[in-house]
Amino acid sequence: MALQSLDIARRSATTTPAPGARQTTEVAKLIDVSTCIGCKACQVACMEWNDIRDEVGSCSGVYDNPADLTAKSWTVMRFAEVEEKGKLEWLIRKDGCMHCADPGCLKACPAPGAIIQYANGIVDFHQENCIGCGYCVTGCPFNIPRISQEDSKAYKCSLCSDRVAVGQAPACAKVCPTGAIQFGSKEQMKDYAAKRVVDLKSRGYDKAGLYDPQGVGGTHVMYVLHHADRPELYHGLPNDPSISPLVSLWKGFAKPLASVAMAAVALGSLFHFITKGPNEVSKELEDELEKEDAL
Amino acid sequence: MIRNPKDLTRYDAQERANHWLVGITFILLALSGLAFFHPAFWPLTQLFGGGVWARILHPFIGVIMALGFLVMFLRFQSLNVMTPADKEWLSRAGEMMNGDDHNMPEQGKYNGGQKAMFWAMALSVLLLFVSGIFLWRAYFSLPVDVVRLGAVVHSAIAAIMIAMIFVHVYAALWVRGTVRAMVYGTVTRAWAKQHHRAWYRQVTGKS
Repeated sequence: MALQSLDIARRSATTTPAPGARQTTEVAKLIDVSTCIGCKACQVACMEWNDIRDEVGSCSGVYDNPADLTAKSWTVMRFAEVEEKGKLEWLIRKDGCMHCADPGCLKACPAPGAIIQYANGIVDFHQENCIGCGYCVTGCPFNIPRISQEDSKAYKCSLCSDRVAVGQAPACAKVCPTGAIQFGSKEQMKDYAAKRVVDLKSRGYDKAGLYDPQGVGGTHVMYVLHHADRPELYHGLPNDPSISPLVSLWKGFAKPLASVAMAAVALGSLFHFITKGPNEVSKELEDELEKEDAL
Repeated sequence: MIRNPKDLTRYDAQERANHWLVGITFILLALSGLAFFHPAFWPLTQLFGGGVWARILHPFIGVIMALGFLVMFLRFQSLNVMTPADKEWLSRAGEMMNGDDHNMPEQGKYNGGQKAMFWAMALSVLLLFVSGIFLWRAYFSLPVDVVRLGAVVHSAIAAIMIAMIFVHVYAALWVRGTVRAMVYGTVTRAWAKQHHRAWYRQVTGKS
């Protein structure tokens, strides 16, 4: 991490600037849903490269396997069957961390340095600093992080930050047999997506487009969708995701306001004492009672 | 050793122990909770053995405080029913704050300010307990919007409660001769006559 420490854009629960001397190219992964065949090679490559083996689950009657993201399954294929213009469409989306430019997980995280956003756009969890509170789950607009039942740490896709740091593409992109997962600079990926969208439109998908939601400042994992006007068709991909206003209130506005208010009450008390003096029992009353006692 | 046998007993040993159980757990909760709220308070996690331990311990301490507070609530609630005299007292609390309490209406065991604080704290503890359950991911799993609402309510009420406790503690320090009531249980007769005259009359039978 010595070299990567130069490339940090943001660090969780840290109020001072991150090291910013070096500028790196913003990267992105582009998932072209229209050319994905659902083979799950990406899931296998993710397990292989990251060396994680999830529990073998059971079949729930659909192709989704494992059924959900877990602390040991950082990406899963989501299969959705929808009817469009009287025809069945099998929409397959590779789900996982979107690497938001404005990450809700990082905003919510209370542990300094447990979540890092690199200058190249990758949002990475540093589990050694994680305290297991689950605030990242609360902050995420895409329902991605998972808390391990074994060690209570949060896990998710790292976009293979270790591979990217040495100029390699993420394992899933490397292995994808149809080229549905592309990796490069964010600009390149947008250009590539634009070509794919033109192609899809020429094939009758008038609403084809790029999914790079601006509500979270854009993402570093983007999708090419045939139905970009209705992303929710793809197993509930949020239409216009953003950090929940409740999370912004909690970890934005309320933080300094409440801290200042508490300090004001404490200081107010001190200055009240200094300016008004203590509220003593009156000498008069004490003397009166002493006289009573003497009787 | 009793300083003066004529001193008045304000709190018995059980009441004091109950109060301090709640007091100590509240301090621990405030210190660990603030650490999760703002990075400026993060070093407080060291008092609990680090961030992970603070995260593990906070909710358990919270359950102890909630139970301790419930018992305290049941003990003192009947003494904290608001009366017209309390409202009169509250409307003139400014005079008291200004250091002139000679003309304040006569008060029983608790004045209007103490009663208002009692009910505000009871409501706060209830809200903190419920919203805290929403956030306790080790044992509870609720829909994310409920958890988000819980986080806002928990931190907002906690900040208000910490401020109220500052006022509570300051009031006890400001009004001289008060802290001993909660430490060894007694107050002087003069203290009682000055601050809680109706209570003074009730316990001494004098005017």
